[in-house]
Amino acid sequence: MRFASLLDAVGQTPLVGLPRLSPAPDVRLWAKLEDRNPTGSVKDRAALRMIVEAEKDGLLRPGATLLEPTSGNTGISLAMAAKLKGYRLVCVMPENTSEERRQLLRMWGAEIVSSPAAGGSNEAVRVAKRLAEEHPDWVMLYQYGNQANALAHYEGTGPEILADLPSVTHVVAGLGTTGTLMGIGRFFREHKPDVTIVAAEPRYGELVYGLRNLDEGFVPELYDARLIDARFSVGPRDAVRRVRELLELEGIFAGISTGAVLHAAIAQAHQVVKAGRTADIVVIMADGGWKYLSTGAYEGTLDAAEDTLEGQLWA
Amino acid sequence: MAIEVRIPTILRTHTGGAKTVEGAGKTLSELIDDIEARHVGLKERLVHNGDLRKFVNVYVNDEDVRFRGGLGAEVSDGDVVTVLPAVAGG
Repeated sequence: MRFASLLDAVGQTPLVGLPRLSPAPDVRLWAKLEDRNPTGSVKDRAALRMIVEAEKDGLLRPGATLLEPTSGNTGISLAMAAKLKGYRLVCVMPENTSEERRQLLRMWGAEIVSSPAAGGSNEAVRVAKRLAEEHPDWVMLYQYGNQANALAHYEGTGPEILADLPSVTHVVAGLGTTGTLMGIGRFFREHKPDVTIVAAEPRYGELVYGLRNLDEGFVPELYDARLIDARFSVGPRDAVRRVRELLELEGIFAGISTGAVLHAAIAQAHQVVKAGRTADIVVIMADGGWKYLSTGAYEGTLDAAEDTLEGQLWA
Repeated sequence: MAIEVRIPTILRTHTGGAKTVEGAGKTLSELIDDIEARHVGLKERLVHNGDLRKFVNVYVNDEDVRFRGGLGAEVSDGDVVTVLPAVAGG
């Protein structure tokens, strides 16, 4: 495959079978390897699409400053694109995110504003909204409410899955901004409505839920519950156990959030087996494990890994 | 056996600081009423106008109850119910 530039090389990721993790010959799991995107994560799709749409709408002009609350991957994608396109990027990032993510952001030239660990990404969103008010000339693409985020998956990820696997019965993905699932969900509701759309969200340690009051809670503006069929909360222990199984049995080195998604997918697979049906279940692998090596999640006992992830934003 | 309910930090003022409480009921709604009898004020923080509050997520055995009938979701002895505030990802 040949592309004019890195920015054109987003998407069209491989879909690979997981024969050893699949519970039966006719209940199959498949992984969509989104780590094969230009900066190594699924967020390249959303970030580039948000930039392209903002340019089309005239919101972004040469030399503009971009501002974005992000726990990492979206920031990294935006930083690469901003560098190539000549924009300045300011990322607001919770301080309890891995060092690799910060280094990558700095390498691509982004400036990082840290937000407090307590409250997790909610705090990053709040700090970013405050900065946006103070700097009205900055452009906040705002991944949590930008329809271009979901559109990237409605027009990209969803159709790619259906083309590669017409017999698809389930798609399981992580829930963060909700963009991936909103786009894929809407695509399948319109084109193959019997496909079950399953969300897996990371369950963090108490620190991350340390809001001052419940009114500070946050539901992304993009989220539409009608586009998914089930939603599971997966803790670090199950996520780490599954991400290690994925490497051990299938040779795939994935990020920790993919372990959470795989955990939910395997539960779906077992339900299908119990019901005596067949299935082709797609697992969206958001990124590789490289950025999370320093967390300690890939070595030692599960107990130790669980301890080390306590309080971290690991997805 | 009873149903274990995990309470987030922010709501532990209603449980005397306890991280988990126990209750009984056939549905989530009955379970919340049962717990409210011993932990006054909790229900008001979870439920508004007959529905779960927007920024409250409740999971039965890790599955979001909004996809299992909301307050009408069936629960049974041995289940683990987790209450969490809605937070951002990404």
